[in-house]
Amino acid sequence: MKAKFNIINSTCIPVQIDNCNTDLIIPARYLASTTRDPKFFGNAFMHDLRYDAEGKPISDFVLNQPAFSETPHEGVHEIIVGGQNWGSGSSREHAAWAIAGYGVRVVITSSFADIHRNNLLNCFVLPVVVTKDFQQELFDSINKNPDTKVTVDVPNQTVTNNETGHSEHFEINGYKKYCLMNALDDIDFLLESREKIETYERQK
Amino acid sequence: MNTLFDKIWDSHVVQVVEDGPTQLYIDRLFCHEVTTPQAFDTLRDKGIKVFRPEKIFAMPDHNTPSDQQNFIKDDVGRKQVETLKKNCEEFGITHFGMGSKDNGIIHVVGPEKGLSLPGMTIVCGDSHTSTHGAVGALAMGIGTSEVAEVLASQCILQQKPKSMCIHIDGELKEGVTAKDIALYIMAQMTTSGATGYVVEYAGSTIRSLSMEGRLTLSNLSIEMGSRAGIIAPDQTTFNYLKGREHAPKGKDWDDAVAYWKTLKSDDDAVFDKEVFFKAEDILPRITYGTNPGAGIPINGRIPTLNEIPEADKVGFLSQLEYMQFRPGEKLEGHPIDYVFLGACTNGRIEDFRVFASIVKGKKKADHVVAWLVPGSWLVRKQIIEEGIDKILEDAGFELRLPSCSSCLAMNPDKVPAGKLCISTSNRNFVGRQGPGARTVLCSPLTAAASAITGVITDPRNI
Repeated sequence: MKAKFNIINSTCIPVQIDNCNTDLIIPARYLASTTRDPKFFGNAFMHDLRYDAEGKPISDFVLNQPAFSETPHEGVHEIIVGGQNWGSGSSREHAAWAIAGYGVRVVITSSFADIHRNNLLNCFVLPVVVTKDFQQELFDSINKNPDTKVTVDVPNQTVTNNETGHSEHFEINGYKKYCLMNALDDIDFLLESREKIETYERQK
Repeated sequence: MNTLFDKIWDSHVVQVVEDGPTQLYIDRLFCHEVTTPQAFDTLRDKGIKVFRPEKIFAMPDHNTPSDQQNFIKDDVGRKQVETLKKNCEEFGITHFGMGSKDNGIIHVVGPEKGLSLPGMTIVCGDSHTSTHGAVGALAMGIGTSEVAEVLASQCILQQKPKSMCIHIDGELKEGVTAKDIALYIMAQMTTSGATGYVVEYAGSTIRSLSMEGRLTLSNLSIEMGSRAGIIAPDQTTFNYLKGREHAPKGKDWDDAVAYWKTLKSDDDAVFDKEVFFKAEDILPRITYGTNPGAGIPINGRIPTLNEIPEADKVGFLSQLEYMQFRPGEKLEGHPIDYVFLGACTNGRIEDFRVFASIVKGKKKADHVVAWLVPGSWLVRKQIIEEGIDKILEDAGFELRLPSCSSCLAMNPDKVPAGKLCISTSNRNFVGRQGPGARTVLCSPLTAAASAITGVITDPRNI
C-alpha cells in the first residue's frame, strides 16, 4: 500500500452518506482476522451496504451501480467523495485498510473524524478536506456525469473539479506531505529519534 | 493560563517536528486482540523489539464469550486471541489471559488496577480509550499503525488538538445518571461537535459524580468526535485509586498525590471553546436513531419531519426506517426483545448496583432476553461479594462472564436481525449488535426498568 504521491487525476465514487462510521466502512466481524492481505479487507469494504444477508449485490448501492462498479485502477475510481464526518466511531484501522485494499487512494469530504483521518494517512490514503460547497459541487458534477475527473495535486495542495474548472487549496503539513511524496512511514522517523526519546526519559 | 490538557501534553513533548506534528511520549499502551496482530507483524518485519515492554499491558476482550471461557468456538476469533498471547510472550509484555482473575474489558481493567493514573498519556487501538481520561489522564484512541509506533518507540506523532471545556453545573434530577448526561450532551453537540478537540469536563455536577460515573462520561467523549475527555483529578479520584494493585504505595503515593493536585486547568486558562449545560435540564435519555446523538428524553417524542433541517431529512428517515420507528412517535411503552447491561460504558460495579436496586423483588419480563455482563473479573467478584448476583437471580436474571459481549458483534452475544435491544453500551450504529439488530441506548436504570416491564420504561415510574 506504500506508494509515492504526486498528481492523481481520476474519476470518483460518490458515497453520499453523512456520519459514515467505520462500522459501515467495515463491519466488526471482519476485524477478527490477523491477516494483512489488502484483498481480504478490500472485499469487505462497505460489505453490508454492498451485499444483502444472502450475499447478493444490492443493486442500488453506489458501488454496485454500473457507472461506479469498475474496480479502481489508474485514472478510474481512485477517489471517493464522501459525506461529512467521514469515518466516525470506532478507531479500527481496518476501515482504512478496506478503503486502500479496494484500490482507493484519496478520500475527499468536508470533515473527517480525527482517528480515521490519521489512519488513512498511515495507510497511504490521502484525506482531503474541502468546503461544503465544493463537496456538494463535486457530488452534483459526478451525479450528472460519472466520468467527471478530479485532479488532486499533492505538491501544490490543490483539488480541482475538471467538470467546472473550480479548484480549492487543501491543508497538509509539510512533514506529512514529504512522507507521502516519498513513501515514508512515521515509524521509521520515530525509530531514528531514539536518542531524543532516551534523553526525554532521563530528564523526566 | 494553561489548561489541564496543555499541562499533560506539554510535559510529554519529545520534540516538535518542523512544519509537522508533535512527537509525544506515551506512558501507557493497552493492547487488545483486535487491533494489535498486524502491529506486532510490523515489528517482526523490521526485526525490532518492543522498546519499553514494562509500560504495556495486554488482554483479550472483544472475542471472549460471556457464557463460558474455556474455548472460543469461532476459528478466526480464537486465533486472534491466541495470537495476542503468543505476541505478548514473544515480546515480553504482561498479558491478562481470557478467564484469568486479571482479565476484563481493557477500559474497565486499566483504571481498576491503577494502571491508568492522573497525568499519564495513555493510548490503545480502540476509540473508547477516552474512558481513562476520567482519572485525569490524556487518553486517546489510535490506529494499528500507531500501535506499532508505540511498541517500537513509546511515542506517537500527533497534531495538537484544540481544547474545549464543557461545564455542567447543578444537581442531577432523580433517575438521571452519568450515561444520561453523556447522551444529553451528544444530542446537543452532535456526533461531530467535538471533532478536533480534547474535551475537559468541569463544574459542580461533574465534581459530584462517582469515579464510575466519570468513567462512563469520559467513555462516551468519542461519540461526539472528541479526541479525549479529561476530568481533573480530585479527592474522589484519589480515594478510588488508593490501594489499587498498580497505584503508587507509601511515600510514592504521597508524592504522587501532591503532583496530581497540580493537575487542573488554571483559573485563567484559555480554551478554544467553552460550552455550558445545566444539570436540571437533563432527564433520563434514550436514543431513537443510528448514531448516539439521535436521542430524546425517555418521555419525549421522536422529532417530526418538520423539526428536522432540510439537509438532514434523508438521513433522518433512513435511520428511522432501519429502527422501524415513525417520526413523532413516543418510544416509552415500546416493546423490547433484549436487554444488555455491560460494556466499557456501563460494566462497572456501580452499574450493577443500580440495576439491582430496580429489579430487587421483581421479575424479569418472560419474553425478554437479558445479558448482564460484568466489565471485569474484579467487578464480577465484587458483585458476588455484595450479594448482587442473588438479587439478580431471584429476579430471573443470570450473571454472565466478563466480556465486551453484545456491545459489538464479535462474539456469540449477537442480537438477531430485527430484534430491539435496550442497551447500556455506547453505539447504536446499523448492525453494531449484529446484522439487522436495532439498538436503543440508555442508562442501567432505564435498562433495568425496561427488563422488568418488557417495554421501554421510565425508571422514575418503577
